Amino acid sequence: METKLDKIKKRTGPVLFSKYTRGDAIKKVISIPREDVLFELKTSGLKGRGGAGFPTSTKWMLVAASTADKKFIVCNADEGEPGTFKDRVLLMEYPELVFDGMVVAGYTIGAKTGIVYLRGEYEYFLGQLEDYLMKMRDDNLLGKNILGKEGFDFDISIRLGSGAYVCGEETALIESLEGHRGEPRNRPPYPVNTGYLGFPTVVNNVETLSSVPHIMVKGGEWFKQHGTDKSTGSKLFSISGDCEKPGVYELPWGTSLYVLLQLVGAKNTKAVQVGGASGVCIPKNKFDRFLAYEDIATGGSVIIFNESRDMLHVLENFMEFFVEESCGQCTPCRIGNTKLLEGVRKIKSGDYTFGYINTLKDLGKTMQVASKCGLGQSSPNAFISILENFKDEIFFHNGNGSK
Amino acid sequence: MLVFEKNALSEEIELLVDKYGMDRSSLLQILQDIQRKHNHISDFAQQEIARLLNIHPVEVNSVISFYSFLHSEPQGRNTIKLCQTISCDMAGKQNIEDALTRELGISFGETTKDKKFTLEHTNCMGMCDQGPAMLINEKVFTRLDPEKAVNILKEVE
Amino acid sequence: MAKENNPRIPVSQQPFKVQKPEDTTTIGGTISIEINEKKVTVPFGATILEACKENQIHVPTLCHHPDLCVAGVCRICVVEVDGMRTLQTSCTFPITSPIKIHTSTPMVRKARRHIIDLLLSEHYGECYSCFRNENCELQTLAKEYGVDNYTFGHITTPKFQVDRSSASVVRDMNKCILCKRCVRTCIDLQEVGCLEAIDRGHETHVGTFLDKPLSDVICINCGQCINRCPTGALRANDPSDQIWNAIDDPTKHVVIQTAPSPRAAIGEEFGIEPGQSFTGELNTALKRIGFDKVFDTNYTADLTIMEEGTELLNRLKKALVDKDESVKLPQFTSCSPGWIKFIEHFYPEYLDYLSTAKSPQQMFGAITKTFYAKEAKINPEDIVTVALMPCSAKKFECNRPEMNSSGFKDVDYGLTTREMAKMIKEAGIYLPEMPKSHFDDPFGDASGAGLIFGATGGVMEAALRTVYELVTGREVPFKNLNITPCRGFEGIKQASVKLENCVEAYKFLEGVEVKFIVAHGTANATKVMEMLRKGELNDVHFVEIMACPGGCLGGGGQPIPTSEEIRTKRAQAIYAEDESLELRKSHENPHVKLLYEKFLTEGPCSKLSHQLLHTHYTKRGKFIL
Repeated sequence: METKLDKIKKRTGPVLFSKYTRGDAIKKVISIPREDVLFELKTSGLKGRGGAGFPTSTKWMLVAASTADKKFIVCNADEGEPGTFKDRVLLMEYPELVFDGMVVAGYTIGAKTGIVYLRGEYEYFLGQLEDYLMKMRDDNLLGKNILGKEGFDFDISIRLGSGAYVCGEETALIESLEGHRGEPRNRPPYPVNTGYLGFPTVVNNVETLSSVPHIMVKGGEWFKQHGTDKSTGSKLFSISGDCEKPGVYELPWGTSLYVLLQLVGAKNTKAVQVGGASGVCIPKNKFDRFLAYEDIATGGSVIIFNESRDMLHVLENFMEFFVEESCGQCTPCRIGNTKLLEGVRKIKSGDYTFGYINTLKDLGKTMQVASKCGLGQSSPNAFISILENFKDEIFFHNGNGSK
Repeated sequence: MLVFEKNALSEEIELLVDKYGMDRSSLLQILQDIQRKHNHISDFAQQEIARLLNIHPVEVNSVISFYSFLHSEPQGRNTIKLCQTISCDMAGKQNIEDALTRELGISFGETTKDKKFTLEHTNCMGMCDQGPAMLINEKVFTRLDPEKAVNILKEVE
Repeated sequence: MAKENNPRIPVSQQPFKVQKPEDTTTIGGTISIEINEKKVTVPFGATILEACKENQIHVPTLCHHPDLCVAGVCRICVVEVDGMRTLQTSCTFPITSPIKIHTSTPMVRKARRHIIDLLLSEHYGECYSCFRNENCELQTLAKEYGVDNYTFGHITTPKFQVDRSSASVVRDMNKCILCKRCVRTCIDLQEVGCLEAIDRGHETHVGTFLDKPLSDVICINCGQCINRCPTGALRANDPSDQIWNAIDDPTKHVVIQTAPSPRAAIGEEFGIEPGQSFTGELNTALKRIGFDKVFDTNYTADLTIMEEGTELLNRLKKALVDKDESVKLPQFTSCSPGWIKFIEHFYPEYLDYLSTAKSPQQMFGAITKTFYAKEAKINPEDIVTVALMPCSAKKFECNRPEMNSSGFKDVDYGLTTREMAKMIKEAGIYLPEMPKSHFDDPFGDASGAGLIFGATGGVMEAALRTVYELVTGREVPFKNLNITPCRGFEGIKQASVKLENCVEAYKFLEGVEVKFIVAHGTANATKVMEMLRKGELNDVHFVEIMACPGGCLGGGGQPIPTSEEIRTKRAQAIYAEDESLELRKSHENPHVKLLYEKFLTEGPCSKLSHQLLHTHYTKRGKFIL
């Protein structure tokens, strides 16, 4: 069964978009011991592509070492960060990378079940993914004794989200899979210890898993050649906003913002929001900064604003997003974000004091350290960075774009 | 709700519980299927699901209220979800919003009198490179302009 | 309790599974850490909160409650742990490595103050107009952390309508701070499940199924949520104004009965350490307030034992001698109105297993408006009966339509311990300094058996003291009549007593081993009912169930706060009072004997006693309309 997809690949890139044939990684790993797979992964220096950057090999090793009866590999395809759509591209155009990566993970950690948590908004290509999984089962890339490897059973199911950004947080995602409200859990315990249904679970981002097959086939050393010392490999960037060629770009880690902006045809750029609503806003004078874990760590969302944009409006949009998408369980995030949004609106209407704005920035710092999960910890980033970097425009109406 | 409707719904839920398993972890899948078919999850359905999964009705209700794609109140046959997040916003979401409200005569969060459409906002749906974008049910429409958006409505049953 | 091994608790709220060594003396049983630059040794796997408490360091908490599973949502207990980027919640963090903890750094203090500020900004109302003034955890924290102005504003209009639909519990969600203690109480501790968080983000609130009024959903009125609420969001339905009106009305004869549990706890409302009873002082105070008569609920507890014990013996006879297979055994106690509503909702098919005897409160009402009215020559229409109870469900119970066997509403008002304390304070009385006085006749004396109804296992113990003696003619074979297997706070207790050398009338029980089960908290009741459903209780004869953890002394109307520690002290007070009494067996209560001689002349479980002292139940089911 050949789908249309197999033919229309025209993307190019150094790692992820390089050539890969379906099943190659699986064929390779079943002939070597699990330790070697982990070694290769460790050599590659692959880190989580969701944004947090946790070393993937460590995560896998912790679960592989566990003696629990059941283990799970969960693919986090709940990308909800504003401005991110790379997972959509990977899943729609390169499903073999994602699914082969999951099979390799299953083999390595000893899981028999893989679950893809696909965000509800992507339901329109669910059927296509299901078809692809059927094809894999037909070819014994999934199922019992995969490719003749005795005792290697593994299958993948896809579960849909239902419209909750916070479910992209790995413990909230697990809660959601278990049929609960998507409220992040206390950590510790971490999912590698107590994950889905209480069993050790690896939760990996789509892009992380997609890197795995390339590493397996071409080797960790090859992967390491791309990127920087601390950020190996490449990264998919989802580019949107004010530019000529929005879309997904694969670039090696360490690319500067300046290069990126040239590449996508951005003109008169005033600022770039890297990392989506929960990321940071980089003003024009800092475009020489580069994208890597050691400088601007990011899940890959890049939103470009040109000189005509009102940054206060942008900030308001972000804060509205967080007020709606906070799960609402912990105090700093639930009420804190509301207060920040109210603050933005006060600035907008002119009804503010600098004293109060500073109090709110202070509150933002508390939220960064006292919130329960990454959502609340990162939601004040935009508030703090936009107010710092665009003081003139926002408070003194000196910017080109405001009012 | 009529008795035979209730029975049919009960039977449907029982089949779903069989399909996904009598376990709390099946809850979201069952709710999604009911939502897809009936455009909402009625109080009766919520209690039936609670009974069959051996959880409390309020827990089902709590889960439904958490996820923005699940509803306790009846929705229109088609739900339009217009992306309101920054990239679509910059690409002209406000114009689409105005066109849709004008065309349907309702504001966001409301359902048309003929129950054909429910109009909602949604947060980033991963179409940022092709905005403004909207979902009608699970189908996605991108690079909208007001005229295109209104024309799409005409083609929906 | 519900904390352990409850599969219904979401994984997120279960304590971190740490393989804790059995005792701390083994190698690896303890771990050395540093708290505020001080080296200390704590048990492996203890939470930071526990470690701090052990070392006299106070860490503030809000969403944490010793009875409940962990939540980690209020974030007030955050501390700094060296090497971690963010602050950690001490109530959830298990110590498994030699960490360094700082509980009072500028960052920690600022975070806590911000959290209090945020909570206050959404907390409607002012402290001085709140019934929890001076007993509110949020208020205390605000004071401790010097939060003296509303940094982030203060909500000026209420967001929610106050739900007064329930006879027992009033919910004012404007004061809710979303600690979810009530949710965890309702779902995990009690397994009733009528409260959960509804909606998301800033819209999150604690609600019922489809936000229906509390009276329309499945609430058993146990009030355990009230006892655990840190603020004034939950309270009992307070009838004290009506009671004042009755007291002030010269045409009304106002009678109050006091239950043993409030007496053992009311001191706490006056700043006394838990574990001291104020029975005599309370009698004086109530008289000074203006109640015409003060009676002892223990009297009808004794009566309950007579009725319920006789009913049990009758059932046993029918089953063993008449081989009547329709007889339902084991017989379940019926004194706890929370438990009654629980079984009516969740196990309506098993209502026949319940004793038909009314609770002591309702028996008192019926006897007061019949026997007492006749003896005292007062028109029952002019009698107002008030019941001082540790319980919020008693308010619902006295309003049940079937509770009017005297021809009037048997009990007019159920009053909780907290409301009583408020009335006493309002009357300008400081309870602990009152002189002691006795209860009024004709119900002046009561046995210790009636007294121990207040603790879980008490009804069982009281019943055994009487049944054993009626059947064998001898006292129960336990030292000082203390039937220890009935005591203690284990969730479900099972034990048995063998009946030997029975008197002539009960020869059919010769050699029978009476098996009994005692359970408290409706989560444990669920377990017992599931055992019954599976046929595992076929050889059990008698089951005592109390809706509240610890029994009545941990009731929903008792002083706040509550915890196992406090409940243990209250139980000690009750058992000590029992042991100090001469009269320890219900069937020896002279006033009960007198009642059967003068009024219920045909004895227990006769026609008149059935009419006045027994009731029937309603199959309610679980469906919410």
